[in-house]
Formats: sequence, C-alpha cells, structure tokens
Amino acid sequence: MPNQPIKFYQTGTFTIGNRLLDENNRSVQATAARYNSLNSGHRACQGCGEALGARYAIDAAMAAADRQLIAANATGCLEVFSTPYPETSWQIPWIHSLFGNAPAVATGIAAGLRSKGRGNVRVVAQGGDGSTTDIGFGCLSGMFERNDDVLYICYDNEGYMNTGVQRSSATPPAVRTATTMPLGAEPGNVFGQGKYLPAIAMAHRIPYVATATVADLHDLEYKVKKAINIRGAKYIHIFVPCPLGWGSASNDTINLAYMVKECGLFPVFEAEHGKVTGVSKIRKPIPVEEYMKPQRRYAHLFGKNPATETIAKIQALANENIQTYGLLEQGAK
Amino acid sequence: MAVVMNKPYAITLDVGSSLANKTGSWRTARPVYLDRLPPCNNQCPAGENIQSWLNLAEEHKYEAAWRKIMEENPFPSVMGRVCYHTCEGACNRGQIDLPVGINSVERFLGDQALKHGWKINPGKPTGKKVMVLGAGPGGLSAAYHLARMGHTVTVFEASPKTGGMMRYGIPKYRMPREKLNAEINQIKEMGVDIRVNSRVDDVALTMKEGGFDACFLAVGLQNGRMINIPQQGSLPILDAVTVLRSVELEESVALSGRVVIYGGGNTAIDVARSAIRLGALSVTVIVLEDRAQMPAHPAEINEGLEEGMALINLRQIKQIEGNTLTLEIMVAGHGRDFLHTGQFETIEADVVVQALGQTGAFTPFANLPGIIIQDGAVQVGTDLMTGALGVYAGGDMIPSQRNVTAAIGLGKKAARNIDAFLRGEKLQPKVKAEIADISRMNTRYYSDAPRTMRPVLDAVRRSTGFAEVVGNLDEENAVFEARRCMSCGNCFECDNCYGVCPDNSVIKLGPGNRFKFNYDYCKGCGICAAECPCGAIKMEIEQI
Repeated sequence: MPNQPIKFYQTGTFTIGNRLLDENNRSVQATAARYNSLNSGHRACQGCGEALGARYAIDAAMAAADRQLIAANATGCLEVFSTPYPETSWQIPWIHSLFGNAPAVATGIAAGLRSKGRGNVRVVAQGGDGSTTDIGFGCLSGMFERNDDVLYICYDNEGYMNTGVQRSSATPPAVRTATTMPLGAEPGNVFGQGKYLPAIAMAHRIPYVATATVADLHDLEYKVKKAINIRGAKYIHIFVPCPLGWGSASNDTINLAYMVKECGLFPVFEAEHGKVTGVSKIRKPIPVEEYMKPQRRYAHLFGKNPATETIAKIQALANENIQTYGLLEQGAK
Repeated sequence: MAVVMNKPYAITLDVGSSLANKTGSWRTARPVYLDRLPPCNNQCPAGENIQSWLNLAEEHKYEAAWRKIMEENPFPSVMGRVCYHTCEGACNRGQIDLPVGINSVERFLGDQALKHGWKINPGKPTGKKVMVLGAGPGGLSAAYHLARMGHTVTVFEASPKTGGMMRYGIPKYRMPREKLNAEINQIKEMGVDIRVNSRVDDVALTMKEGGFDACFLAVGLQNGRMINIPQQGSLPILDAVTVLRSVELEESVALSGRVVIYGGGNTAIDVARSAIRLGALSVTVIVLEDRAQMPAHPAEINEGLEEGMALINLRQIKQIEGNTLTLEIMVAGHGRDFLHTGQFETIEADVVVQALGQTGAFTPFANLPGIIIQDGAVQVGTDLMTGALGVYAGGDMIPSQRNVTAAIGLGKKAARNIDAFLRGEKLQPKVKAEIADISRMNTRYYSDAPRTMRPVLDAVRRSTGFAEVVGNLDEENAVFEARRCMSCGNCFECDNCYGVCPDNSVIKLGPGNRFKFNYDYCKGCGICAAECPCGAIKMEIEQI
C-alpha cells in the first residue's frame, strides 16, 4: 500500500516533519542531518519544482542506499542549473554525458559495479520529461527491457523549459508553449495522444513503477526508498511544477502539485510488474479549472470568452483517470 | 610557452561548489518568521496563552501545560467547568470542522494538577502589603498574582465561605465544590491570608491600621436587582442571587410547585436548572429578548431545555393576580428595542424568581476621596486604579463583561498594575501582535477530525441531583483534542519551511529552537510562507 499518513492532527499528518514522532520514523527531509544532495547556490529559478523534487528524491535514495549511490543525469534544466562548469551543486558521485543516453550510461555504471563486485552501490538515472519521453526514450525502453538494475527518475515539468518552453511529448493538451508550432488547431498535444510514460513503463512489466508529486513528500520518499531496495529496472515519475514555463507564481509550486492530484489530472499510484498495487486517493475533489487558472499557460482558455469545450475535454481526461485508477474514496461523491 | 598543469585532458579549472554562487542576491522579497496572535488567546478574557499550553499538552507535558495556564489564571479546574469558553467560538478550527475543545482540555489539566498536588511557589518577598476586598474570582486572582510577585496579601471576605460568585452564584451541578476548594487552597498555601466572615466597614481605616501599601476592591455585585411588578395577592417573588446563595448554603428554598423565572441571562438558567434539581413541578423561564438575543450561553440554554425547563421568549410580565401572571407579547424592534403588541396571555405560578441583573453595595469605600460611582459601578482608569491613589478595583463592580473569566482577567491586570505601582513605576500596555487569521494559514496540512465530545450525562440522571453535568476527558481524548489545535500564527516546528525550500535556505536549529533563514541563498520564492501551515512566516519586500 502507498504511504499511510500518521494521523497526528496539529503536528503534521501531512507536514514534512513531526516533533511527536521518534527520530527514525521521521521523513529524511525533516532531519537536521539530511544529505542535501543538491546543494544551495544552484541556478534554478525561484520556486523551481524540479530542484525541490530532485533533492527530495536523491536525499531519500541516499538514505535508502546508505550513501552508496551514483547518479547519471540527462541534459536538461536539472543538469544545466546544477552544474555550470566548473561548479556543481551535487554532493554525490554524478555524471552527465549526453541528452539522450542517461539510461544507457546508468546501465553501464551498474554493469561495471556488478563486475567489480560492488553491487551494494545503487545507481540512479535522472532527467526531465524531454530527455525521458522524447530524446532518451529508446535508451530508457532498452534499460527497462533488459531489466537493468537502475532506478530511473523523471522530473516531469511538461515541457522543454531550459531552452525556453517548447512542447515535449509530455506537454498536456491545450497549454501554451513559447515557440512550438501547434499540431492542429490548438497548442500543446493533440487530445488523446502524447506519451504517458508511467503506463509505457508498466507495459514493460518492470518490477516497479510509481508516480509522485512534490506536494506529498512522505509518499515520494516511501516510493524512492522502496525502489532503491528492489533489484532490476525501476521507474518513478515525479510531477514538478515550473513557475517560469507555466506562468505560475513562484510560491505556488507545491500548491499546484497538490491540486493536480486533487483534480485527477495526475494520478498518484504505484505498480509492480505491470499491475497497479496502490493509489493515493483524492482528499477533496476539485474541478480542473481550479488547477488551471493560476497558470498563465492556460490563460487563453479563460477570460471573456472561456473555451468551455476545451476545458470540458480536459475535465474529461481527469474523470477518466479517476475512473481508471479508482482515485476516489469508496462512498465519496 | 607551455603551461604545465596537473589536470586531466581538456580540464583547466578546479572543481568548485555552487556555494560560491550566492543566489540571495536574486531576492526581491524575504521571508521572515513571526508569531501572530491566535484568535483564542485574543478572545480569552483571562488572557491565557491557550495555543502555548495546548502545544505542551500535545507532548504529554501536562505539568508544564498547567504551569503555562497558571501564569495567567489560578483556576484551570474551575475554568474548565464554568468558563463560557468564547475562545472556542473564535477558534479557527471551527471553520474547518469543529473548534478545539479548549475548555475540556483545560479542565483535564486543572484536575491533573489537583490529582498530583502540583504547586506554585510564591515570589521572593518584597515587604509590601496589599489588601484585597472580596474573595471572589477577581479578588483571589489578584491575590494569587500578587503573591507570585512576592507581595504579602490579606483578603477580607464578608461571607462565611470563599469563592464569591464562583460558589454562591454557580450551582454545584456546574462545578463540584471540592475542585473550587482545592484551587483556593493552592492560593492559601502560597501564604495568602484569606479571612472569611470579615466584613470591612471602612477601607481607609483598615488600610491604615493594617499598614497596607495598596488595596484591590473586588466586592462584586452582591444583590439581586428587583423590579416592581403590579401585584395583587401574596405570590412569593424572590431574587436570583438570594435563591442561589440559599441553595449553596443549603438553606430551605421555596423553589417548589410551578416556578417561573424572569430574565434571560445565565443566572436565570442557573436558577431554572437548580429548581429542576430541587424537584419543582414545572420550571418556566420568561425572557424579554428572543432566543438569539438573550444573553445566556446557548449551551446552558440547551442543557436546561434538555432537562425539562420551558422557555418563553419575547414576553414581559405585566401584572400578578393571585397565582396568575399576565404576560404581554412583545416583538423585536431595532437592536435592544422591543415593541408592545397589546396582546396578552396568562400562565400560573407558585413562585416567581427575578433574575434581572445585580447591584452592588459600595459603602465601605464610597467615601474614599476620588472614588467615582456611576451607573451602579465604580469607575477606574485603564490601569484599574480608582480615583483614590493606590486603590484599584476590578471584577463585576466595574463596567466590564461581568463573568467569572473576565473577573479573573481583571484581577491579574490589577495585580500587574499594583506591582508596578508598588515599585513606583507605571505598567506599559503590551502591543498586541496581529491576529492569526485563517486566511494566513495553509490548512490542508491538517487532517480532518471530529471533535471528541465530552460525554454528557443523560438528562434524567442529571436532573435528579447536583452531580457534575459535563464529563471529563480521559487522557487519551485530552491529548487527541489538544492535537487538533492548529497552532495558529505560532511555529510548531513541523519542518515544512525546512523541507519545502528548493534552495536549502532554511536552517533547522533543533527541538524547541525553531528555524532561521540563510539569506545568502534564499531566492525569495515564497514557498515557505505559502506552505507554512500556521501562518508564522511573512514575506517582506526587500529594500533595494
């Protein structure tokens, strides 16, 4: 089952820490001694969801692997803002090679470690949605198919943000991007298409696939720790809002990540060997408009003449997720 | 010329850390920690720091929590029973599910103290002597705080028992006497000399003879206010204060047969519920105001109704003939205006009790130079000093909210001002922090939970005697209830700011020491402020 919240009311059923819990039951992020794998001074924008998600995930992986961890990074924001030569924000062994080959590099690292008898060192590959769903997709599929002992983490901010906000195959339908020519009448992906990588990863029947958001740290840490302790190919898809690319307020990053789950557009679940084994239920359902309105990339759908038909189609996507993954509590309306 | 470098191929610079890049320079607004005033604390007439003692109770630190209450209020066990807990009405949690049961947790803590015999020590002796007139909630509160400050206190009480309206005005079913006695004993054990049956006839003389440096008047309003109702016959008409006093002293009270009570305050309800317990045939409360406007606390009204009390709103008693009361039907006008309709109805009664407010007797000090008595109350300044130097007044006898909790608060305020006076200083009023409004909070971090309702004894059992009506929380429930507090406006070290910062710019200082910002790297994104559950961070525009 997904992470079960501990019901301490004031003190943090959903907060990062909890002063009433004993130390070893607390989240990694709540401890004063957390690793800060991605250190201060990085050049990510104010309120960057990816910087936050990467520290959450890699700190959890470091804790689960007892600090025996190597990371391969694809090209993208995360690589550029963390490591402008000769500086780096990474406090772990970390390598960047090309845009598309992070899964293959990680496979090589894992094979090398195995041949040296150092199977205790765990390997993570990470990238944004561009390198994961488009450019490195072939390498990633190969890594899955060979069941290489790598945890691949995709930080999904729904576009190529580093190069100035272009459409990726993970960009949702109807959103504005900066310079991409629309496919058909509207910007963003064509409705009903686009790549949903968690489902594609599940289709490979790899041992573990999970989705998470930066709004639920406990769930995210639980999934990363679980993945690190599984041998074979693992895939975690983390939803990370991008204030710059989405035209949202820098302080709204976590709120958007919370709302995307509550409206059903981003189902949070985990799956083993191609079968869904747990979902995070929606606490208080909200319409998709509530999630969309604070983002300027959806602004063209609102205003004086709202594109009600398009909004309804987006709501239908959310409804379909709610049905498919069973996101509502039994008996909830 | 060849430059010899000890570096791999194509590498010219040493590896550096991004710590060299002080991203704090990007910032246009900076987060700042602050403590806002929780609405419960703001509301409390006794000035309790409720959020703070709930926080301690959550960690099972009951004694520390009790001591936090005792900094402001020496009667938690009494308060946990008789306070009208307007704090709960102000509680932000009420806008999410139900308010925190502050009152029941306070009772739990007060009872824990009595069970374990926790004590408060008096302060280092100052050699100053203060006399207090009246051993009611105001007088005892002032005496307690003055003793904590090290002053020698003598309390003069005209009645045979201490407690004032806490004893004579509040029936046993609302407050068991052993709790009241125990909390008053705690004050006695601090060295406060409480003299019962000691009427003071001349305050100036007693002060002079006793060598008192200051005096606190807290005699309350001891007499029931009676209005004249045209009457033929000899139907007994009593006043509520006398009735409740007689009940307390276990004197025979003529509350039998059909009892009619006239008045809409808590005292009227107290008399009604006492009459039910004394076996009255029927109990009817006649109130001028409508249900919403009548001053009695809704919970009291509801419990009375459950016990069988009848309530008739918008009626005025016009005359009494034999056993027949003629009532005029009134309609509500603007505000406190009620309009006559000229329509009448009658009901039968065997006794009428007027509960229409109280008046004071101020003769022992009315002749002090400077004392001003106006509208039946002694006038005081903001420091609670009367016109006479060194003579302070508080409680029901000054214009105030006139309930037990307010009197306790005024006693504390007087004590602080008297203390300053004795040191030859003037107390500076504290500047209140801004209120922790729920709009400043992020409540999705709190889970949804029902309030643990106190087990309420069923109405039948309740009405047959003076057993305590509202049950106690057990420890498990008390902790649960305390943990429902959202800690509005005050950091409770949930680690959210520390966790959610994308730039690791929040430094955790360890348990009890909260956090600080590292402005070298803070980019001012504001996520910490947005995600702070309790609203203890604000963003301030940078001066550039």
